[in-house]
Amino acid sequence: MKHVLGDKRAIAILLGPALLVYTLVMLVPVIWSLGYTVFEGNAITGFTFVGVDNFVRAAGDPKVWDAVLFTVKYALVVTIGQVFIGYLMSLLYVFVLKRSSGIIRTLVFFPVVLPTVAVALLFQKMFEVAPSTGVVNTVITSFGGDSVDWFGSGANAFLVIAIMDIWRSIGFYGVLLYAGIVEIPEDTLESARLDGATGWSLVRHIVIPLSLPVLLSAIIFSINGTLKVFDSIIALTNGGPGNATSPLTLYMFQTSFSYGEYGYGSTIALLLTIICLVVTVFIFRSSRRDLTKV
Amino acid sequence: MTSSTLPATAVPTKTPERRPRVSPGARRFRRGLVKLPLNVLVAVILVITIYPLFWLVISSFKTNDEFINGDAFALPSSIAWDNYIEAWTTGNMGQYFTNSAFAVFPALALIIVLGTAAGFALEVMVWKGRNGVLLAFLVGIMVPGQMILLPLFTVYFQTGLSGTLWPLIITYTAIGLPLTVFMMATFFRAIPREVFEASTLDGATIIRSFFVIGFPMVRNGIFTIALVQFFFIWNDLLIALTFTNSSDLRTIQVGLLNFTGEFGATQYGPLFAAICINVFGTLVLYLVLNQRVMKGLTAGSVKG
Repeated sequence: MKHVLGDKRAIAILLGPALLVYTLVMLVPVIWSLGYTVFEGNAITGFTFVGVDNFVRAAGDPKVWDAVLFTVKYALVVTIGQVFIGYLMSLLYVFVLKRSSGIIRTLVFFPVVLPTVAVALLFQKMFEVAPSTGVVNTVITSFGGDSVDWFGSGANAFLVIAIMDIWRSIGFYGVLLYAGIVEIPEDTLESARLDGATGWSLVRHIVIPLSLPVLLSAIIFSINGTLKVFDSIIALTNGGPGNATSPLTLYMFQTSFSYGEYGYGSTIALLLTIICLVVTVFIFRSSRRDLTKV
Repeated sequence: MTSSTLPATAVPTKTPERRPRVSPGARRFRRGLVKLPLNVLVAVILVITIYPLFWLVISSFKTNDEFINGDAFALPSSIAWDNYIEAWTTGNMGQYFTNSAFAVFPALALIIVLGTAAGFALEVMVWKGRNGVLLAFLVGIMVPGQMILLPLFTVYFQTGLSGTLWPLIITYTAIGLPLTVFMMATFFRAIPREVFEASTLDGATIIRSFFVIGFPMVRNGIFTIALVQFFFIWNDLLIALTFTNSSDLRTIQVGLLNFTGEFGATQYGPLFAAICINVFGTLVLYLVLNQRVMKGLTAGSVKG
């Protein structure tokens, strides 16, 4: 019977097309992109070999370092915000709202499905100062404060981006983490309660350790997503003011398509890929140590 | 995070502070008091989540004068569809919507057919090296889009595909495959191999049994994946922005991104209407299929 499921021709017909498309459009371009890092030029003007020049240039380019710094800062702040608030939401769902949490979960999940560009433009208008005063500044002035020019300084713009990206994903992390916490056996919680664990100590000593795996995957998803942030920023601030909110992805995009420097763009893309890999591996390894300790 | 929309919540929830101490309903009242902070909290959370969307919709009916001189919280003076007509025709949202549909649905069909077949070959079929191939697909989930843009741009440019929607369809298909293959393999894992072996006993080939037995058996999973991929592709900006070089080809996301630039920065009404048009599709899908969407998106979260 084995030979039916081992039929080489059938495997080729079923797997072939997908593997071909995937190889040609994903794997080959990745290798090709690596090749670009030692060239200069673009698709229209042609390429010249420059060796390690792009890497040397990147190391001494203050814009690259600003972008790395912004990317890391943004990823840290937003990951902490997303996972922390998401975790609070999931605790609320599981322990406070219990069975009636379904409708709240569904409503809070709403922003997750919205296109980023739409959300970004919406936030732009909500935080606008002039000529039309948005809701945020209306609230501030009604409390006697002064209107804030949210997109006038890098720090303020950063705040708006972070708020927006946390806002639109709380529902997602709430549900993701909810699925992890709800699986903790009721018996375990009950016996901990009998031992006198309530409220915070129950969460601290029972719930967090037992939901650590899902918490960890949430952190990894979040940090991988936020390191690659592009849509929200290009639509909300386009990297501005100046390039105060310009992450690596945006700098790569501008270098490649506004200035036509494919080699340098690929070098920045490679840097981004390496950062993603290193961070993921780092979280994995540090977590494994933690898990054995607990 | 919460401070921005907080004051709007000061409206609801009864505040029964001064009531007779001893009353027949005292116990119920006290229980209500205990629950009060919780109700307020839930109300605040819902306002923060839903109010921006409500504001988006009411704003899409306002006139420009209401934006400049009116209060941001005020309701529009009338429900007129002028802004929508303007956004759809002059703002070209109609065209962008069509472009998106023509790029997304072919890609979606390809992703499903190719991905399901590959998932079947990798999970049900027995052969050497299948784990390696599955791993190769998994790598694709991690790779940032920026890593493949430039070579693809070069190829599309040199083969003359640049002036069409093909670059989008091809790239979306490839990007959607890793997650689809991975999830389909998981779905097929739940079906015993004997089912497929038995079906080949009366002479059917394994390929036929994939189409006749396998495909229908995982149709629930297929539907979920199609939904998840639809959200990813429909909401994509990076690929669409890179590979659409003329305004005729813009997808709905790229069109919306360029909307203010082309339409004049102070045309608030049409912009809000355009955002509403953009949001409408995903919103309706979510209203109808929310449980499935939530399950699917969290299961597909590996994509990051």
